Amino acid sequence: MFKGKFVDNLPKIYGTYTGGFLVFIILMAIAESAGMTAKTIGILFVAFTVCIYAVIGYLSRTVQVDAYYVAGRQVPTVFNGMATAADWMSGASFVAMAGGIYFGGYTYMAFLVGWTGGYVLVASLLAPYLRKFGCYTVPDFIGTRYGGNFSRFCAVVVLSLASFTYVTAQINATGTIAARALSIPFELGVWVGLVSILLCSMLGGMRAVTWTQVAQYIVLIIAYLIPIFWISNKGGFGFIPHLMLGEEVARLGELESQFGLVKNAAADIKAAGVPGGLKSISVPHAGVPEGGMAAWKFISLALCMMVGTASLPHILMRYFTTPSIKAARKSVAWSLFFIAILYTSAPMLATLSKLSLMDPNLPTGIIGKDISAVMAIDWVSAWTAQKQAFIADFNGDGVLQLNEWFMRGDVVVLSTPEVAGLPYVISGLVAAGGMAAAMSTADGLILAIANALSHDIYYKIIDPKADVRKRLLVARSLLIVIGAAAAYIASMRITSILGAVAWAFDFAMSGLFFPLILGVWWKRATREGAIAGMIAGLGSGTAYLIYVYPKFMGNPAWLGIDHLRFGIIGASVCLVVMVVVSLMTKAPDSATQRMVDDVRVPSGRTILGKQH
Amino acid sequence: MSNKEKHWEKTKGLMILTLIIWFIFGYLIFMFGSSLNTSSFLGYPLAYYMCAQGSIIAFVVLIFWFANKQEQIDEEFGFTERGEDD
Repeated sequence: MFKGKFVDNLPKIYGTYTGGFLVFIILMAIAESAGMTAKTIGILFVAFTVCIYAVIGYLSRTVQVDAYYVAGRQVPTVFNGMATAADWMSGASFVAMAGGIYFGGYTYMAFLVGWTGGYVLVASLLAPYLRKFGCYTVPDFIGTRYGGNFSRFCAVVVLSLASFTYVTAQINATGTIAARALSIPFELGVWVGLVSILLCSMLGGMRAVTWTQVAQYIVLIIAYLIPIFWISNKGGFGFIPHLMLGEEVARLGELESQFGLVKNAAADIKAAGVPGGLKSISVPHAGVPEGGMAAWKFISLALCMMVGTASLPHILMRYFTTPSIKAARKSVAWSLFFIAILYTSAPMLATLSKLSLMDPNLPTGIIGKDISAVMAIDWVSAWTAQKQAFIADFNGDGVLQLNEWFMRGDVVVLSTPEVAGLPYVISGLVAAGGMAAAMSTADGLILAIANALSHDIYYKIIDPKADVRKRLLVARSLLIVIGAAAAYIASMRITSILGAVAWAFDFAMSGLFFPLILGVWWKRATREGAIAGMIAGLGSGTAYLIYVYPKFMGNPAWLGIDHLRFGIIGASVCLVVMVVVSLMTKAPDSATQRMVDDVRVPSGRTILGKQH
Repeated sequence: MSNKEKHWEKTKGLMILTLIIWFIFGYLIFMFGSSLNTSSFLGYPLAYYMCAQGSIIAFVVLIFWFANKQEQIDEEFGFTERGEDD
């Protein structure tokens, strides 16, 4: 069936895989109607998909350096797009984004614009030039363009800090989902998640991660779209929800004014004993808040997420794997295409889910009903028992008001199939999708850190004479160590202290954005400038974060730049310092200038050799 | 001006144009979010539509357009890759 080279057979292989997965879903649906329990279905979904990823990881094992670091530079455009999309869309995108829109409305949707617009920067400013460079890792570019081990070391520090902030949240998510689906304690779930993640990446490095990420993308997108289309068609809201939910968005506005949007006082929430992290609906779904400050908050958040996207090494390194520079550019476009499929669906899911809950004319609506009747509904009692949902009868009238219903944001995606009354097989599918999303991102991040440490610190700085076997042994050992460290931190449940996923973007943009783009676009940028920029950028950004974050010093934010947006401070300082120091120091030598000229044209050899 | 310099001038021009379009869809329109929301598209309030779908679709189209344009520039100046790094 599969003759010729592996790469030529990709459409067939993944086509068969997708068909197989759909057959599995149907089998599960049949098993459900034959009486299989919800618990067994959940276990089978997660176990089946994780086993497939592990098999792909094993089949992609390699002993070659360029296959381990850059998948042999032969990943076709469209498949690299899918892999990047899975790499990009984290457990947070999958599980929390629709929930964020559900509770945050228009204001939260700045994340949607920010997490997509960054790819324009990647395509036009960075990806093709980094591909031409032929580097294995992002610090590899910094170290070669600016020269010297210290610049390389600074880049590794920024990369590790940004990626590690991000990865603990991912392992936390795999732990949560594994714990729920397999009915094991969270602490154990985290380690089960870690083993699954390492099975995908350890033997084959970037090559294995690439092919598992494609498989994970397919699972996560099917798992995200099926419930949306199902609910939309079942409820008669529209055949294609994306084009047809205008009336439903308007209806939400009506319901909001009918029930009234009330912001509960913190004292009331505390007195009623609402568990931490649960929210009630208190902002309009589609309404734009008035005023210049609100617009600035929207724009500044989008800016941080965009610039952060273009500085995150686990994304940039995906474009090192394409066969050509042309392919790298196109691949960025395909990546965003595959990401957009999920991101444009998230607001639709939030709309449908909110309407199912709020509209008293629908059988699923709970607002405005008797609290005793609501508490008797299966999914309400199940989620309330797990402290993921809560009812507080503030006015004591026994009727559920909009501001009396509390829920955790993450639960929106996981609970929507149950809320809308879909069969359990869909909930199992959603769990498998969330697991795929969190695992694929965690794999990319752990690999980015381990590769930077093994290639840039161990091979380039500590032991340049190491042979291939030793290099790959070090790379694999680091993968385990970093994964274990992240899992250990996640299992201590202190991720809330580590802060938001957004911090990873702010750290990356503070230290890496300008050294990367000026390395290509400004010949006059010098080593001293880049080093000073990285240190000053990361230092000032971190200092501002400590200054402003409520759990640290908690000072009032300056111009609305709060802890989600500290990258604006870091990146600005980085730019100014880098330009000033560069102009004060001697211009780069002619060899470096020639190298930059070479990077700017697609033809000719890559700057760094195929194996280095 | 050498061939290389001309190629870089055009590349820079395309980059700037791309970033201008990016700025319009990523920032400019959201500066006027509340006035935008008084109009509607497909039945959605316009500002809501733009951040839910409109701008995202614009970014996808923009990158495909950019990639094609840049390929044309590379071809025009004879800098297309010919698999030299195999």
